[in-house]
Amino acid sequence: MRKKRYILKFPPQSGDKPLSYHLVRDYDIRINILKAEVRPGKTGSLVLELEGTKENLKLGIQYLEDNQVSCEPLDKKIHWKQERCINCGNCTAVCFTGALVMDPKNWELKFDPDKCIVCELCVPACPLNLFAIDFRE
Amino acid sequence: MGIQKTYEEINEKIRAGKAVVLTAEEVSQMALTASPEEIAEKVDVVTTATFGAMCSSGAFINFGHASPPIRMEKIRLNGVPVYEGLAAVDSYIGATACDPENPKYGGAHVIQDLIDGKDIELEAWGKGTDCYPRKYIKTVINKNTVNEIFLFNPRNAYQNYNVAVNSTPQIKYTYMGSLLPNMRNATYSTSGELSPLLNDPELRTIGLGTRIFLGGTQGFVVWPGTQFNTSKPKNEFGVPVSNSATLAVIGNLKEMSSEFIQAAYYEKYGVSMFVGIGIPIPVLDAEIAKRVSIRNEQIETTVLDYGVEGSPALGRVNYAQLRSGKIEVQGKKVRTAPVSSLSKARKIADILKKQIQEGKFEITKPVQMFPTNTSLQVLKEVKGGES
Repeated sequence: MRKKRYILKFPPQSGDKPLSYHLVRDYDIRINILKAEVRPGKTGSLVLELEGTKENLKLGIQYLEDNQVSCEPLDKKIHWKQERCINCGNCTAVCFTGALVMDPKNWELKFDPDKCIVCELCVPACPLNLFAIDFRE
Repeated sequence: MGIQKTYEEINEKIRAGKAVVLTAEEVSQMALTASPEEIAEKVDVVTTATFGAMCSSGAFINFGHASPPIRMEKIRLNGVPVYEGLAAVDSYIGATACDPENPKYGGAHVIQDLIDGKDIELEAWGKGTDCYPRKYIKTVINKNTVNEIFLFNPRNAYQNYNVAVNSTPQIKYTYMGSLLPNMRNATYSTSGELSPLLNDPELRTIGLGTRIFLGGTQGFVVWPGTQFNTSKPKNEFGVPVSNSATLAVIGNLKEMSSEFIQAAYYEKYGVSMFVGIGIPIPVLDAEIAKRVSIRNEQIETTVLDYGVEGSPALGRVNYAQLRSGKIEVQGKKVRTAPVSSLSKARKIADILKKQIQEGKFEITKPVQMFPTNTSLQVLKEVKGGES
């Protein structure tokens, strides 16, 4: 079994399909919805944790993409300009899920995308403006 | 009578490449097994450092005269207002200055761009005088086209700083970072046992003229910093338990590096500037050896509620607790986060250590020591213009 977080984006016309129902029923994927912005007639965004066999995850994501839903691993949609980071720690103050933490050995910032729920609080918290999250279009 | 060393004796060792130099963290470890007397005998200099946001910072600049000349009475650098009340072409770039229309780019960003050698748009206005007939100029400058630029920070390197929490149900945006509601986080600054003024709490070796590491080059302590306060309560280890002494520092901006000076913008607060400072402390005797051996668990600071007017104190914690990731405030476990960079501070302390070991950085005996009996005034509101 594998568990991974994804950011889904779907066009207005796919909002009326029960996509998650099919993921669960047809591909035996366990879904944990971490964040959702779905409004009728608008492009929707969803942060999901998907858990299933490697093969089922692949097929499930293929199914989403066949329905014009883009599905990208969450860590690919979060941009942190690490080379400019001064390791001040301001972002860790607001990251209540513990995705951003200071390494207690060298006091440098560590980012664990598996703990991120795309709350986006780190974006304004960084005094150097080093975070960008590609959640909405 | 224990060991006594003079500044000159230590400098002779530095020049001979024989000085024993440790960082403040290293000496604190050494002190676990060595007595202050042994440390005073073996160690000559201890390096301390900090890299935090220091709002009371800025740079003097002289643009040079244009032809025909202008008496600059209103000045903008990349749109940021800078001080115009200094002769014709002198100015002071305050780190926190900004155009309210563009609040995320301020004086600190101008300073960083100057350090990085970038071109800056200069726009200035004057009324026109007999000796300065020009009324307007718009041109481009960089650090190589102007005369002097020197950083002159009125208040840096705070000796200790309080911890910030927020007890209200709303998030608070402060210079201590974003404080989550209901005390969901606590933020702290200073580099603890590595912090300069916590290693010399009585300022026995730091005073007017002390040579320091500033922003990547050699700078100097030039005055007690603003809000210099020696009256704060101290704990059993002789360390003040909240922000107390400060330093005014100076250095040549043209030699600095943006690795050690970084512009910052705090959400719904404004612009500030991270300043990297390293201060060498000569181990003149066992008493100083004892002071530089201080450990995080011996340095305490006060937790203040930034959500409530007057920022009431909610308790006292030490830096070992703060670094552990959790503190207890009024019976509640609160997650902690630093807002100054310990990794950068360590880097500065290491660089300074190496420079001293290689004979490139000598220690300085202060020309004058700082006062020991200062306290703070509050701004009283008197009825103006009514009598």
